[in-house]
Amino acid sequence: MPPGDHIAKPSLEVRNVTKFFGDLAALKEVTLGIRCGESALLYGPNGAGKTTLMRMLASLARPSSGEVLFGGENIEHDGTRAKSAVGFVSHATFLYGELTVRENLQFIGRLFGLSHLEKRIDAALEMFDMRAREGVFARDLSRGLQQRASLARAFLHDPNFVILDEPFTGLDHQSVKKLSDLLQRLPEQGKALLFSTHDFEQGAAIASRLIALKAGRVRYSGTLDSAPFKSLGIVRANGRTHDE
Amino acid sequence: MNSLKIIWSILLKDLRVEWRNRETLASMCVFGLLIVFLFNFAFESAREETLRLLPAVLWVAIAFAGVLGFNRSFSSERENDCLEGMTLAPVDPSMIFVGKMLANLLFLGIAEVVMAFFAALWFNFSFLPALGQLLLIAFFGTLGYAALGTIFGAIAANTRMREVMLTVLQFPIAFWILIFSIDATSNAMRGNPEGNWLAGVGRVGGISVVFTVASFLLFEYVLEE
Amino acid sequence: MNKKFPIWLHFVLTLAGLVITLYMIFLYAPEEMTMGEVQRIFYVHVPAAWVSLLGFIIIFIASIVYLMKRSQHADELAHATAEVGFIFCTCVLVTGPLWAKPAWGIWWTWSPRLTLTFLLWLLYVAYLMLRSYLVNPGRAANLCAVVGVIGFADVIIDYMAIRWWRTQHPQPVIMGGANSGLDPRMLATLLVGVGAFTILFFLLVRVRLSLAEMRRELSEIRHALAFKLSED
Repeated sequence: MPPGDHIAKPSLEVRNVTKFFGDLAALKEVTLGIRCGESALLYGPNGAGKTTLMRMLASLARPSSGEVLFGGENIEHDGTRAKSAVGFVSHATFLYGELTVRENLQFIGRLFGLSHLEKRIDAALEMFDMRAREGVFARDLSRGLQQRASLARAFLHDPNFVILDEPFTGLDHQSVKKLSDLLQRLPEQGKALLFSTHDFEQGAAIASRLIALKAGRVRYSGTLDSAPFKSLGIVRANGRTHDE
Repeated sequence: MNSLKIIWSILLKDLRVEWRNRETLASMCVFGLLIVFLFNFAFESAREETLRLLPAVLWVAIAFAGVLGFNRSFSSERENDCLEGMTLAPVDPSMIFVGKMLANLLFLGIAEVVMAFFAALWFNFSFLPALGQLLLIAFFGTLGYAALGTIFGAIAANTRMREVMLTVLQFPIAFWILIFSIDATSNAMRGNPEGNWLAGVGRVGGISVVFTVASFLLFEYVLEE
Repeated sequence: MNKKFPIWLHFVLTLAGLVITLYMIFLYAPEEMTMGEVQRIFYVHVPAAWVSLLGFIIIFIASIVYLMKRSQHADELAHATAEVGFIFCTCVLVTGPLWAKPAWGIWWTWSPRLTLTFLLWLLYVAYLMLRSYLVNPGRAANLCAVVGVIGFADVIIDYMAIRWWRTQHPQPVIMGGANSGLDPRMLATLLVGVGAFTILFFLLVRVRLSLAEMRRELSEIRHALAFKLSED
């Protein structure tokens, strides 16, 4: 893919970030960052704070305390650079049901101010095998296809930082394989990847780094292969794994 | 000029979404027409008096049809978290406001034309002599009303009783836009007996502009998480 | 509010103010010629109206401060003021008919003061409703501040519009228009009443604020506890 429109400084990080929802602490004094060229698996049980953390990195949520930094600068002052460089996939697809896949991408593309929009849309649809269905209304797509359309939306502006919250949800076996291959190639393209999944082996096949989150705290952040699986409650054997 | 393109994209998107459904515009027109029809039918005999009250009836119909439209404008964004999706893009939230406000303005404007047409038909009253004035009044009145409806629609989308919350916010604050619009419309329909129709339009315009600017400036705080 | 002005002193002043006002209302102010004793509601009706307006002015300032500085104190002040102001506003709307019916034989009239107060009341209701019905209370401060600012713009417009409207559609002045020939003793009673109500208003806001402070402290303790619990 052609290089992104913005040359981003190579880091997106949170510093000492805490997030409260009422009295519930979703994140507690979390400090971590991702750099271009690395791919990290964000792993943890339900309610660990993964989604909150990813939303924060995608500028959708503000911390109760602490900072979110892009290229060393707090995104609160000028969030546009961060937003231009981040592609985010979530449980919600951010697609208008009444518009076709292509129309959705056209709309998003215009919001991002992208040049050569039609070509980019073609490329993004190609990436996720959605060209055949570009004229289908988003509301008429199955869950898995909506997910692929959402992925196309996230990659449309060729972001340097790709943040995916359980991107494999709803995808069939072939699509999982394709997405996995695509994600594996991101580091060598100079991009950063942060994603979560409940299938540890699936994640381990893609990521070189592991960030283990539990009850809002970072339990481990480092290379995946040398992670203390046992103390993190991750069992790896015969391709099957589960957390405690 | 980038901003204009973005506003245009958002406006176009809202129009397209509505075109696929056509629910919002249809229900606004039907609802507004019902009010005009009820009034016309119930007071058929006392034509002179009812004509005097026609401006008020029209603007009440516009007010209710408007609130209906504003609610739907944001409910379409709520599915799939699309409003949040827009904030993923490096777009000034105020542009989102202008885009959505223009869409609301357009839909309400179309509903107004429909209501006015049938009102003219049923009441045997021609709006044509004062058309220019009426258009000005309608434009400014609807502008301010739509601006408030847009920001309050966004605010109410965060609450449990969305439609009620929007109404509770909208009516006290849009009250004077409606009153002055009714007053100016009444004046125009009677052929400006007191002269100085410009002052009437000016009042509506002044209030509308104040609220439109305030809504524009404050919208970013509504979208912030 | 000032720490240098201890609450017990505030309470004593309030009490003193109210007692003096009551004295003046019943024993000092002369009986009004046409309406008789019932006119004395005026000395409660008008100060309450003034205080409701003051309340919204404070909400406006607090909202602006919040939007500029994200100060939680400002947000708490706005909330407290809204609750107290709402009560006084309701008082005006209740004393209005209580006065009007015996004095003029009508329950209600859209006099400038009543119109303004009614619109103000609707704004208070909207503000408080918004606070209660939010799905995510974390957004309350932002959204209520926006409503506070727009609401106050509306209050200013209300005031100007009502004045203009009454020049177009004049009404017989009832319910005491501005300085409609008040006997100096009546004026004095009124002013003392306004003063006493203002002090009472601030006392109530203060008490309400301390409740908010306690809630915040409780919340902070819970937060700290939430932290501690996952030290494992």
